[in-house]
Amino acid sequence: MSAKRLTAIAGGSILLLALAACSSDGGDGGGGGELVGSGTGAECTIEAAVPIGAAFSLTGAAAQYGESQKNALELAADELNATGGVTYELAIEDDETDPKQAIQLFDGFVADGTSIVLGPTLSNTAKQADPVAQDGGLPVLGISNTAGGITEIGDYIFRDSLTEEAVIPQTVAAATEKYGLKNVVVMYSNDDAFTESGYQAFADALESEGVEVAETITFSKADTDFRALLDKAKGHNPDAIVVSALVEAAVPLVTQARELGIEQPIIGGNGFNAPALIEGAGDAAEGVVVGAAWNSASDNEQNLAFIDAYTEKFGKAPDQFAAQAYAGLQIIDAAVRANCSGERDDIKDGLTGISDVPTVLGDVSLDENRDAVHEALVQIVEGGKFAILS
Amino acid sequence: MQLFVDGIFLGSIYALFAIGFTLVFGILDRLNLAHAAVFSAGALVGIDIVTRFGLSIWIAIPLVFVLGAILGVLIERIAFRPLAGRHDSHFAGLISSIALGTIILAILQALYGPDTHRFPADAFPSVRIDFFGATFSLLQLIILVISITLMVVLTWLVAKSKLGRGMRTIAENPHAAAVLGLNVGRISSLTFAISSALGAVAGVLFTLNVNAASLGTGHAVELKALAIIIVGGLGSLPGALIGGLILGLAEVFAVNTVGSSWRDMVAFALLFLVLIIRPQGIFGARKVREV
Repeated sequence: MSAKRLTAIAGGSILLLALAACSSDGGDGGGGGELVGSGTGAECTIEAAVPIGAAFSLTGAAAQYGESQKNALELAADELNATGGVTYELAIEDDETDPKQAIQLFDGFVADGTSIVLGPTLSNTAKQADPVAQDGGLPVLGISNTAGGITEIGDYIFRDSLTEEAVIPQTVAAATEKYGLKNVVVMYSNDDAFTESGYQAFADALESEGVEVAETITFSKADTDFRALLDKAKGHNPDAIVVSALVEAAVPLVTQARELGIEQPIIGGNGFNAPALIEGAGDAAEGVVVGAAWNSASDNEQNLAFIDAYTEKFGKAPDQFAAQAYAGLQIIDAAVRANCSGERDDIKDGLTGISDVPTVLGDVSLDENRDAVHEALVQIVEGGKFAILS
Repeated sequence: MQLFVDGIFLGSIYALFAIGFTLVFGILDRLNLAHAAVFSAGALVGIDIVTRFGLSIWIAIPLVFVLGAILGVLIERIAFRPLAGRHDSHFAGLISSIALGTIILAILQALYGPDTHRFPADAFPSVRIDFFGATFSLLQLIILVISITLMVVLTWLVAKSKLGRGMRTIAENPHAAAVLGLNVGRISSLTFAISSALGAVAGVLFTLNVNAASLGTGHAVELKALAIIIVGGLGSLPGALIGGLILGLAEVFAVNTVGSSWRDMVAFALLFLVLIIRPQGIFGARKVREV
């Protein structure tokens, strides 16, 4: 093919794209202040339905999470719409677990006057798509992004999902109290950004709790045989072993630790907070301690009602992704009612003021960094499931 | 003592991989880098057989052995045989086997996804044995026994049997072998079949041992196995076993004396040390090649 023809084709495609962009609805769906209502809080009434966008991974690698999020969001919208005053109109789109697709969706949401967007499902996708919303002045509420740096993208980016940095100190404090920890061995994979930041959080938390670290042992995320490392750990006779690893490494590590006769508690980061740990490690997983943003056993009244409603509607129990999605709309509802307005900047303003809003996750606040603050649940594996450490 | 035992058992896994690897590399003089993919395939298909069809591990292992043999024949046919006439067939085969290994992994990913899989908890009896204050599992002992047995059987096969003589003749001079009336294609296929069958079974045993298998499982072991066969001496099966054990022990002791971050560095530095002392490897004979 000649260079000339290539240029022609390239030029043609750019023209087509430009045409497509022009023909898409550039108006703002708010239309003349219908989104501003009267009254405040519970009395707030808004004429038009508030348009809520969502970009979830309904297909691709993270599809199982996206499905939970979609279900829970629909349930929350139905319930909030039934209470009256303010109604929400959902547009749930599929980001295909692909940042490129998410960027396109966000472009669409910025253009079509959506008031606020929930998602995307994965932190990696959020890092690439959120700047689009930030530039377009569209508020975003992350409901499952736990990686560092997400909310630093800008002042329109919020999240209700607890980060590792928020959960780990609570996990360490609870375990220290329960087991009287004085001396532990820390193990982490030092070639992965996620587990590395988890390790930092553990190290800081252990220091502030006054727990001695006998030794810090590193491994690679691709490792599967940990016996030599565990022998070394066992030699220190620690009160517990603290591990920051992905679930792929967590399963063999826990299995082999029990095999070598290490009976002490194993305290894990978010990588351990997965049903796959219990399925994969079986009996060996007993006594593993891990913090989480949500647990089905938490007995706050809202949570019990949510679990019942979700199970009845979808025929299976909700997971943490569902709970955080449901809480996401509860928080947005509080932010909308605060100024009794569905306009973008009014919602953003309402979100900055979120403090102790009762949700299925407990009482949630958003701090000055727009990150979630609420009580984490410290869980322990007992009888083949995650129970609450008491 | 526990350290020593752990090192020996870790080494026996490396050796299991290296023995299959060196059979083709040392005897036929072909480096088959699809071996890691076969290792992963054996592990994942073995898990599938046990979980989906509810068969016992003792039935799964022979089935995986057969699967490995079939893969071996395919690798030889697709990645090596078409290149036989080229003057750079060694190097071209290396590249084409990497390509084929990648294809095998892509098929595995399509079948089983990228997640980590594992055998059900009760797939293998978990018997623990105490031995002079050290503890290990029955499985680890079986792996060690299998490694040693394979080494002995294969050494005999290569040295004494008709097939072994054929292999060595082909390695020396394929044209002469054909003139002598040896069926070059069949012997090559058979060598690859045995090598890959061992690789696939090694994958199953490795997975049972660590309770995790993923697409990358084979790759982690492959580089170490390469180093092992070079240290052991090219084509030397006892060398592969001893080299594997040395590496296993070096890793375990490195973790406990130098620190976990230095594990691989210490292990590979030791291998260099061996090569400096004996360039031809522990069991290697100095080969004089006429060019």
